[in-house]
Amino acid sequence: MPAVSKGDGMRGLAVFISDIRNCKSKEAEIKRINKELANIRSKFKGDKALDGYSKKKYVCKLLFIFLLGHDIDFGHMEAVNLLSSNKYTEKQIGYLFISVLVNSNSDLIRLINNAIKNDLSSRNPTFMNLALHCIANVGSREMAEAFAADIPRILVAGDTMDSVKQSAALCLLRLNRTSPDLVPMGEWTSRVVHLLNDQHLGVVTAATSLITTLAQKNPEEFKTSVSLAVARLSRIVTSASTDLQDYTYYFVPAPWLSVKLLRLLQCYPPPEDAAIRGRLSECLETILNKAQEPPKSKKVQHSNAKNAVLFEAISLIIHHDSEPTLLVRACNQLGQFLQHRETNLRYLALESMCTLASSEFSHEAVKTHIETVINALKTERDVSVRQRAVDLLYAMCDRSNVQQIVAEMLNYLETADYSIREEIVLKVAILAEKYAVDYTWYVDTILNLIRIAGDYVSEEVWYRVIQIVINRDDVQGYAAKTVFEALQAPACHENLVKVGGYILGEFGNLIAGDPRSSPLVQFNLLHSKFHLCSVPSRALLLSTYIKFINLFPEVKGTIQEVLRSDSQLRNADVELQQRAVEYLRLSCIASTDILATVLEEMPPFPERESSILAKLKRKKGPGMVPDIEEGRKDKNVNGGMEPISTNATTKSTPSPSTDLLSLGSSPALSSAPPSSSAGGLLVDVFTENHAPAAPGVPMGPVADDNFSRFVCKNNGVLFENQLVQIGLKSEFRQNLGRMYIFFGNKTSTQFLNFSSSVICQDSLKTQLSIHIKPADPTVDGGAQLQQILNIECVSDFVEAPVLSIQFRYGGTLQNIAVKLPITLNKFFQPTEMTSQDFFQRWKQLSSPQQEVQKIFKAKHSMDTEVTKAKIIGFGVALLDRVDPNPSNFVGAGVIHTKTTQVGCLLRLEPNTQAQMYRLTLRTSRDTVSQRLCELLSDQF
Amino acid sequence: MYSKTRLAKWYMQFDDDEKQKLIEEVHAVVTVRDAKHTNFVEFRNFKIIYRRYAGLYFCICVDVTDNNLAYLEGIHNFVEVLNEYFHNVCELDLVFNFYKVYTVVDEMFLAGEIRETSQTKVLKQLLMLQSLE
Repeated sequence: MPAVSKGDGMRGLAVFISDIRNCKSKEAEIKRINKELANIRSKFKGDKALDGYSKKKYVCKLLFIFLLGHDIDFGHMEAVNLLSSNKYTEKQIGYLFISVLVNSNSDLIRLINNAIKNDLSSRNPTFMNLALHCIANVGSREMAEAFAADIPRILVAGDTMDSVKQSAALCLLRLNRTSPDLVPMGEWTSRVVHLLNDQHLGVVTAATSLITTLAQKNPEEFKTSVSLAVARLSRIVTSASTDLQDYTYYFVPAPWLSVKLLRLLQCYPPPEDAAIRGRLSECLETILNKAQEPPKSKKVQHSNAKNAVLFEAISLIIHHDSEPTLLVRACNQLGQFLQHRETNLRYLALESMCTLASSEFSHEAVKTHIETVINALKTERDVSVRQRAVDLLYAMCDRSNVQQIVAEMLNYLETADYSIREEIVLKVAILAEKYAVDYTWYVDTILNLIRIAGDYVSEEVWYRVIQIVINRDDVQGYAAKTVFEALQAPACHENLVKVGGYILGEFGNLIAGDPRSSPLVQFNLLHSKFHLCSVPSRALLLSTYIKFINLFPEVKGTIQEVLRSDSQLRNADVELQQRAVEYLRLSCIASTDILATVLEEMPPFPERESSILAKLKRKKGPGMVPDIEEGRKDKNVNGGMEPISTNATTKSTPSPSTDLLSLGSSPALSSAPPSSSAGGLLVDVFTENHAPAAPGVPMGPVADDNFSRFVCKNNGVLFENQLVQIGLKSEFRQNLGRMYIFFGNKTSTQFLNFSSSVICQDSLKTQLSIHIKPADPTVDGGAQLQQILNIECVSDFVEAPVLSIQFRYGGTLQNIAVKLPITLNKFFQPTEMTSQDFFQRWKQLSSPQQEVQKIFKAKHSMDTEVTKAKIIGFGVALLDRVDPNPSNFVGAGVIHTKTTQVGCLLRLEPNTQAQMYRLTLRTSRDTVSQRLCELLSDQF
Repeated sequence: MYSKTRLAKWYMQFDDDEKQKLIEEVHAVVTVRDAKHTNFVEFRNFKIIYRRYAGLYFCICVDVTDNNLAYLEGIHNFVEVLNEYFHNVCELDLVFNFYKVYTVVDEMFLAGEIRETSQTKVLKQLLMLQSLE
């Protein structure tokens, strides 16, 4: 028997476990268990009161039986009894039983809250920890309700033992994850942040996790953690390996804590304070330097711990995306790892480089490793490593290397694992389209894709190649010739038949001059595939045939004969039969002119986001697809959430009129603090007399101070006064949007009768449809309430909806009305296009109503990068190298509404000498041009 | 291959059936990998970091953005503590003393986060608890 269980263990338990292990069959095991269950049941029901030891032993046996996978339907009361024992071992088994079984019996929780409460207030650190661990393990809402208020107190109390602090911090973290609304922070915030300074590194380790979680949700409130985290990190990385004693792991000082601190810093942009920023840069440089030093130990533990810190430092460098030298150094370091003998490091280097590739500072440096990455694709044994190599090739791709990368991916596709083929197909298709210099190459690539991995080529991919061929007349002849040749293969994939059928039906005439591909040869070639195809492909081919009748009158007879055959006219499939009948009829009765009109060449497809890209995003989940070009341009894409409110002025000087706007404009009130002391009575009197606003009608002034700041971004603080902060987070897709509104109670008093509504006035009612989920009527002091709006844009609109909230604060009714920044440009989908396309369209939209132009003075400094970020934030694609004048900006996008889509082109011409801009918008609808111009011109 | 779960610890809510399914899936993805593979494997919307000690696998499921190597060494740190605590730990120790292993886990990992990393401190605490009735 194992060493520890001797003497202090429970003998009966050990015997039972041995018995179970010795059972030769499942039946024998069940028999033994049933015998034991009967025994325990009789002991629990017996007249003799059981002593603590027996109770503990039996409860522990029940737990063991449960863990073997059997249901346990008794013993809970005995376990609860153990909680009130004053012996540690008994209490521990009681808590363990409850933590493990609580899922299956949530009624238990009510029974144990009392015992937990006693242990929390026992001042016995061992018991306090048992109770805290139980709360952290169960983490249920009931527990949050009962204890969320006590735990912060324990965490920051001066006399709490270190180990209890560690548990309390993580306990609070768990409750914050499961029931954030119940965990009040507010008054504890600064003391919690100061735990980063604690002497005990274990406390700092636990507290850093807590602070990181809280800072992700509420960065502004935990801003002070940045300087403390930098200071702490600096002390660790510059310490000698012996300084931290217990916390040095294989010669690496406090690796886990370092990682956590570096992660905390990733909740924030680079520190503004130059001293802190410098200190952090030093830390990061030191970490990079250490990677070049000879290892202090040959053990893998040493290198893993060291590299854990290094990779996290690199993540932070990438997150900041502001120091070119650090980014390039990071890239070089990762480059070394790409050839490391440890698979783990190669994998992580590929993964990390993928994000580096999207920074404009390091994109070129990443590209230098292309050969190594291609080699990884060919030689790595672990499919997940090859997958990362594919991801990295995708991320580092641009016009300069697209042909090489696509060729390598196609190569790899021939032998790639089935699990990742579809994704590679999508990636190849996207890269080939996005960076095509030569569209004949694009057509070849897609046909190759179909040849190599036809089964994995989804509809989106072959639809796309057809769209592109139809939209580009320079490639149509080539496409027709190429598909014709590809169809010669004796066995070709059905997707190729579809593409071939469609393209020859449209452009077969372009190659019909060559006798080797005369109309009849084309038709016979396609028809030879007909019988091997599924119904949808046959239907497509029938359409090709009728188009042939129009294109090539000389094959009309042959085709009519085919259509007339029984296998077509009497086909069991309704769709095929109908097509055959109708096409045959059409070919017989329609004049050449009518036929030519009906079967005219397809008009160009409207430009929109590539359907393939949309599919890849769906497949990988949003945010998982490095959005190749956009990521590189938009310097705000730092991963993580943008810290709410970056503009300090709105925070520190809320104007009196917005503070008390609900009270009208009485001058006596504008200076009264909105608390119930001092002027409280006066406030009360006034508000009671003031008739409450009728629901649905915003009264008094509507605040719109921050409105224009949201035109080019979706997150931030919309409104703030002494009582409440209203934050927004929103996302839009096509004509739909979702907005999360966060109401933060800044006081320590509950808001009562809280209600909020969104008001669309006049014509806006029919233009925007907004659904709001009702919110809780109370908001606790320091708590945050979240409300979700679902938005649909029905048609284009000008006005903004108004958010109106009401609540009672200390007897006073508060009314706040704020303009919600739902603006027309939110429903933009960016459209990439070439210079040629852009100016062609520009010319098409030249009627006076379609164009709106505004010349205006710059309100902010005329920084190119900022301007770019704003245009992208506005929602259009920023088109590079389209305007002949490189200092101009042009963009294109489509506004999606439920009823229609409006294409939009814009051009912004800065004149830095005069500090002026000229903004021109052209769309097909004058109201849209007008509104977009108003919105955007306000931003510069 | 016949495999058993010696201990599982959950930091998110699942019902019992879901837990069983997750355990089986984890077994399936982890046990087919060989020593030349990485110690990381994608799993649903998360990733599993694992390390093999003789016939025993230690697996942690974390967010995709979490630090792989930190958790990989977190496992090893935990195993070294077990080894010290049980004097050359073997699988049977974990079977017979399952209720103590839970305590070791809670000392080192709580709420799914790393709580304490100092082996000295953890062992001191465990020995103190061991001495209690």
